Amino acid sequence: MFPYIVRRIFVMILMLTILSIVTFLLFNAVPTDPAKLTCGKTCTPEIVAANRIRLGLDQPLYVQYIDWIKGIFVGRTYGSGTATFDCSAPCLGYSFRNGEEVTTMIVNALPVTLYLAIGAFVLWMLIGISSGIVAAKNHGNWKDRTIMGISLIGYSLPVFFVGLLLLIFVIVRWNLLPYPDYASPFEDPVAFFQTMLLPWFTLAILYAAYYTRLTRSQMLETMGEDYIRTARAKGLSERVVFRKHAFRAGLTPIVTSAGLDLAGLLGGAVITEYIFSLPGLGRLAIGAVTEYDLPTITATVLVAAVFVIVANLIVDILYAAIDPRVRLS
Amino acid sequence: MTTNPNVILEVKNLNVEFTTDDGIVHAVNNVSYKVERGKTLAIVGESGSGKSVSSLAVMGLLTGSNSKITGEVFFNGKELVGSDPEEVRKLRGDEMAMIFQDPLSALHPYYTIGDQLIEAVLVHNKVKDSEARARAAEMLIKVGIPSVEQRMDEYPHQLSGGMRQRVMIAMALINGPELLIADEPTTALDVTVQAQILDLLRELQKEFGTAIVLITHDLGVVADLADEVLVMYGGSAVEHAPVREIFYSPQMPYTWGLLASIPQISAKKEQLDPIPGSPPSLLNLPKGCVFAPRCTFKDQVSDDACANKFPDLLAVSPDHEARCHLTESQRTAIRSERKIGKV
Repeated sequence: MFPYIVRRIFVMILMLTILSIVTFLLFNAVPTDPAKLTCGKTCTPEIVAANRIRLGLDQPLYVQYIDWIKGIFVGRTYGSGTATFDCSAPCLGYSFRNGEEVTTMIVNALPVTLYLAIGAFVLWMLIGISSGIVAAKNHGNWKDRTIMGISLIGYSLPVFFVGLLLLIFVIVRWNLLPYPDYASPFEDPVAFFQTMLLPWFTLAILYAAYYTRLTRSQMLETMGEDYIRTARAKGLSERVVFRKHAFRAGLTPIVTSAGLDLAGLLGGAVITEYIFSLPGLGRLAIGAVTEYDLPTITATVLVAAVFVIVANLIVDILYAAIDPRVRLS
Repeated sequence: MTTNPNVILEVKNLNVEFTTDDGIVHAVNNVSYKVERGKTLAIVGESGSGKSVSSLAVMGLLTGSNSKITGEVFFNGKELVGSDPEEVRKLRGDEMAMIFQDPLSALHPYYTIGDQLIEAVLVHNKVKDSEARARAAEMLIKVGIPSVEQRMDEYPHQLSGGMRQRVMIAMALINGPELLIADEPTTALDVTVQAQILDLLRELQKEFGTAIVLITHDLGVVADLADEVLVMYGGSAVEHAPVREIFYSPQMPYTWGLLASIPQISAKKEQLDPIPGSPPSLLNLPKGCVFAPRCTFKDQVSDDACANKFPDLLAVSPDHEARCHLTESQRTAIRSERKIGKV
C-alpha cells in the first residue's frame, strides 16, 4: 500500500509540473500584450514599457516561468528600486484589473464554490445511490421503470435550464425564497441556506440522475457476478448478499466517478454560480476571461486543475482501500 | 414422496423455463433422477444441455423473475419446489452446497479467504468468531492448503487456481452438507491439478459421506468419480445408467458420440470423431427427437419417427434407461460395427 501511494504522489507531482508549464504557455499564447492590459485609460507607451519591466514581462519565457513558480512557493517582488510591490507566497500573480492579488481573490471565491460543490455532492450522492439501489433491487418492474424515467428526464435537463426554471418559479413567481444574496454561513446562516438551496438542487438534479443510472447499472452488473451466486449458495440472506457482497464491489466505479465530478465542480460551477450570483471560482474565472485579466485566468485554471489531480490521487488511494487486488499487486 | 431413506435427493419431472424477449427458453424438460447418500451422480452434456440450470434450480439459485420451475425436488424427503425461499436458503450451504467452474470469479475478490470461510460458518452456526476461525482453519488443512494461518489472511487473487478450488471445496463442505453439487469443478484448472482436485473430492466424500452431483462434460472425470450417469441433451435426459453401463453398453447415439469424441492414444486413428452439428436452440426445440438433426442413424428408423416423435425414456435393463427409436438389435449391430463400448 505504501509504495503504491508514494508512486502515485510522484506521478502527481510530475503531472502538476507539466500542468503548470502548459498553463503558463497558455497565458503567453493569448494574442494580447499583457503589459498593455495593465494600464488604464490614460495609457502611454512609457507606462506600458515601465509596467512590462515591473512585471518581468521583458524577461525570456523560462525566466518568467521560474519567477511565477517561485512566486507560488516563496512569494515574489514586482518592480525594483522604490516602486516595488510585495506579493507573498503563495503568489499567483497580481490582477491590475481589480487592483488585487490573485491569491486574495481566489481565497475569497474558493469557500463559496466549496460550499456549493460539497452541498450538491452530498445531495446527489444520497439521492443517486439510494434511488439507483432501489431501481436495481426492483429490476424490470414499475419502480425501476419509474426511477429510470425520472432520471432520464433529470439527465436531459441542462443546468442552465433547471437553474433558471427554479429561479423564475421559486423566487420570482412564488416568492418562496428571497433573491439570492450570498452570505457567509458563519455570519448569516439563514441567508446562506436560503441562497444555496436552489443552486444545490440545480446541480444535484443533473448529477443525481447520472448517479442513479450509474449505481443501478453497477449493482445489476455486480449481482450477476459468480461470487454473488457463491454468496447465495452459502445460504446468506438476500440482504447480506446485497449489502456486504454486491454493494462494496459495485461501489468502486462510483467512487472514481464521484471523486472526479466533485473535483470538476470545485474548479467552479460556472453556470450555476452565474445564475444565482454566487461569488465563486466559476464567476471569477468568467469575469477574468471577459476582462482579459490574464493572471487571474491562469490562476483559476491552475487551481481547478490542481483539484482534479489531487482528486485523482484520493480516488486512487480509495480504490486501493476498497480493492485488495489494486493494493497488493 | 420418496420412501427410500437412502435417497438424499430426488428430482421428479423437473422443468425450467426462462421467459426472454425472444420467447420461452425450455432449459430443462421433464428431468428426473435420484441421488443416494454418499454416492455420486454425474450429469453429462454439452454447454446448453441444461445440466447446470437443473442444479441451480435444485439449489434454489434461479432467483430471476423470468424463470419458472415446475416439477418436484425432494431433499431429504422435503419438497423444495414452491416452498418458502427462506427455508431453502437455510438448507443452502448447510445441508446442501455447491462449487463452481471458475474458482477465481466464484470467490469474492474483496474479502480474504479466512473471512469468506468464517462467514460460511457463521451463517448457519451460532458460534464465536474464534470458534468459526478455528473451524475454517481445520477445514483448509483438510483440503490440503499449506501454511493455513497465513493463507487465511490472503485474498483469492493471491492463490493459484488449484488452491482456489480447494478453498471453494472447503467453504462448501465446512458445515458438513449431505449433498454437494459440483458444477464443472475441474474445467478451469490445469490437467495435473484436475486430478488432485478429483482425488480430494473422492477422499472428502469418503470421510463425510457426502452425496455428489457432478456436472461435467468430461467423461474422464465421470469414469473417475461417478457411480451413476445422467446424460442430458437439449434440456432432456437422454440416457441414465450406472457408470459401467454408460461406458460398456451405451444405448443412445448421443452417448456414443460423446464416447467417440474422447481422444484415445491406443486407437490408430488420425482424426477424432466429433458429433456433427451443434446443440439445438432451447428456444425452438426440434419437434421429434432433440438429437435427430445431428443423429447419423436416424435413417435406420422407419416412418421418419425421429423427426416426428421424441422417444420416451425406456428401460433397457432394470437400472438403465435411454431414449432412442432404434431397436435393441439395431443398436447392438451399430455398436459392434463401430466398436462402441464392450460388445
